[in-house]
Amino acid sequence: MADLLNAFAIAGKAFFGFQAIFFALLAIGINVHFGYTGLLNFGQIAFAMLGGFGIAISVSLWGLPFWVGVIVGVLASVVLALLLGLPTLRLRADYLAIVTIATAEGLRLVFRSVSATPVTGGTRGLSAFNRDFIALAPWDTGRRYDLIGTTWSGSELWVVTIGWILVALCSLLVWALMRSPWGRVVKAIREDEDAVRSLGKNVYAYKMQALVLGGVFGAFGGMVYAVGTGSAIPDQYQNANTFLAYAALILGGAARVLGPVIGSMLLLFILQFADTGLRSLIANGVIPAELLSSTDVAQLRYVLVGIGLMLLLVFRPQGIFGDRREVMLDAR
Amino acid sequence: MPADPAPHGAHAARSDEATIPAGAAAPAGATRARPTRVAQAALRDVPWEVGVAKPDPAIVVDHVTRTFGGLTAVSVDHLEIQRGGITGLIGPNGAGKTTLFNLLTGFDQPNTGTWSFNGRDLGKLSPHQVARLGVVRTFQLTKALSRLTVLQNMLLGAQGQSGESFLRALVPGTWKAQEKANTERAMDLLRRFKLDAKKDDFAGSLSGGQRKLLEMARALMSEPQVVMLDEPMAGVNPALTQSLLGHVKDLREEGMTVIFVEHDMDVVRDISDWVVVMAAGKVIAEGAPDSISQNKAVVDAYLGAHHDAPLSEEEEDRFLAEDQAAERARREDVISSDRGRKRRTGR
Repeated sequence: MADLLNAFAIAGKAFFGFQAIFFALLAIGINVHFGYTGLLNFGQIAFAMLGGFGIAISVSLWGLPFWVGVIVGVLASVVLALLLGLPTLRLRADYLAIVTIATAEGLRLVFRSVSATPVTGGTRGLSAFNRDFIALAPWDTGRRYDLIGTTWSGSELWVVTIGWILVALCSLLVWALMRSPWGRVVKAIREDEDAVRSLGKNVYAYKMQALVLGGVFGAFGGMVYAVGTGSAIPDQYQNANTFLAYAALILGGAARVLGPVIGSMLLLFILQFADTGLRSLIANGVIPAELLSSTDVAQLRYVLVGIGLMLLLVFRPQGIFGDRREVMLDAR
Repeated sequence: MPADPAPHGAHAARSDEATIPAGAAAPAGATRARPTRVAQAALRDVPWEVGVAKPDPAIVVDHVTRTFGGLTAVSVDHLEIQRGGITGLIGPNGAGKTTLFNLLTGFDQPNTGTWSFNGRDLGKLSPHQVARLGVVRTFQLTKALSRLTVLQNMLLGAQGQSGESFLRALVPGTWKAQEKANTERAMDLLRRFKLDAKKDDFAGSLSGGQRKLLEMARALMSEPQVVMLDEPMAGVNPALTQSLLGHVKDLREEGMTVIFVEHDMDVVRDISDWVVVMAAGKVIAEGAPDSISQNKAVVDAYLGAHHDAPLSEEEEDRFLAEDQAAERARREDVISSDRGRKRRTGR
């Protein structure tokens, strides 16, 4: 019982941890792309990587202040969105999907390549760029703090605080946009581009704006991750993260402001709870060691998440926040 | 293909008089003042010839061609659409009606040719630019925006909304008043189309006929000058057809130019001021509605030439021989290509 409570506490930390923020920001971006505008972006992690490395390279390599690094990261993701969008947004939705997935994988391979090592640090990546940021914390970052049964280091707490403020601001921005006529146009584009064109809206421009906006959210996610781990390593930015963010979005409910946020928190909670829970059950002999060893747990928790998502799609296809009527319209 | 020279002058005038009561008997028109039908009066003395000049053309098409591979989908030498009138565009399936619509509204680019609206060249404009000039269209397969409510569908049609710019969208003060005015206008239109009770329903939950109505109402939100309707009556039950017809006639009374594609000849005869017939990408006839059913080129296009003449014995033999020759040629073709393939694969 105590083990279970302990697992619950550790999972609770994951619920609020910087990885949940990372996925939440990725998923908010994907929500703008896929949930509202109907753009299939399968390479959201590329934006995150540019965000993370924007800070890392600016600070570690060029010796610029931290905040300049943030701006560099945002600008880099804007440029990437423009480069991806220019050729593909005039075409059918699947072309963007192909180009983004290839870019995300290609960009990571370039960043970890030997020839890029002088800039990106290659496979070892870059570190020691978040000192300025941590120093801004109003509390002692050297100490450890106990909060609702979990222990946080001071710097961790600072990253998480700023991270959640960022998530709140991004959600607020999405909310404000989606209730405006701009949001109406964007949602209409998701439904039928040609109908929107025939009503005098420049569909291409709207899709580009949405792509850039979601990409910048993704870049923020990458920055939180880089600052949270204290290092920027190309292999941290595997494209599997994009699909986990999609899973979080579907779990929370697409085209809902809080869907991606709650979805990411729950996803991380379930992953962490399954992990610690199963490990403690194995350690206590509740699950026989010959049936399941603790090394299998890391894989098994994703199986559990997969089963959970399947059940969700069968019994609640709209996700947690979605509107069932809205989802059922597609079935017609 | 030049059409048969159609009757001129006096004949045309007589046929016009015959159609006026049909206009007055419209359900929507009944409660209003008698429709003026300016366009019909203006078209009275226009000869029934392909490419004829109209007194006051809103849209002028010149030498527009569009080919898909070897197929010439549209090849229109000259066509003028009278302002303020209802022009029916008819023709058998595959005649190029929808392709012509797509070209005129910028949804497709032609291989050659120019066309203009109010004297302004529309050649290189994209669909949204054409729509902003006041030429708005509907689609053959209705495009209701399913997961938007009926009212949101309507509001989308309004032009020049400041809240549709990214930055101003974040400051509600800049668009709230406009949004309120638009909502009022949208509700007026919805009431006219009897959709006001459904304003908060998802458009995807409407019936097929209601979607057609919604699409037309949405197009009207943009306060267009030219409305292009692609098969507005397709798949709509007869009762709703009457109300749709009434709405189309209302558009004309409000001074809009209407171009519509339709297959139901009764509908076409009832509401058009002018009919353009297309077949195999070309305009084969145009004229007042009554002129069309007598037109030989039109009958040929719909039913095939010689459809009503019995074959003579010699003709029958000749056709049979041609068919057999063609069959033989095809078989030989197949065999030789088979052989060719075998040789290539080395067997």
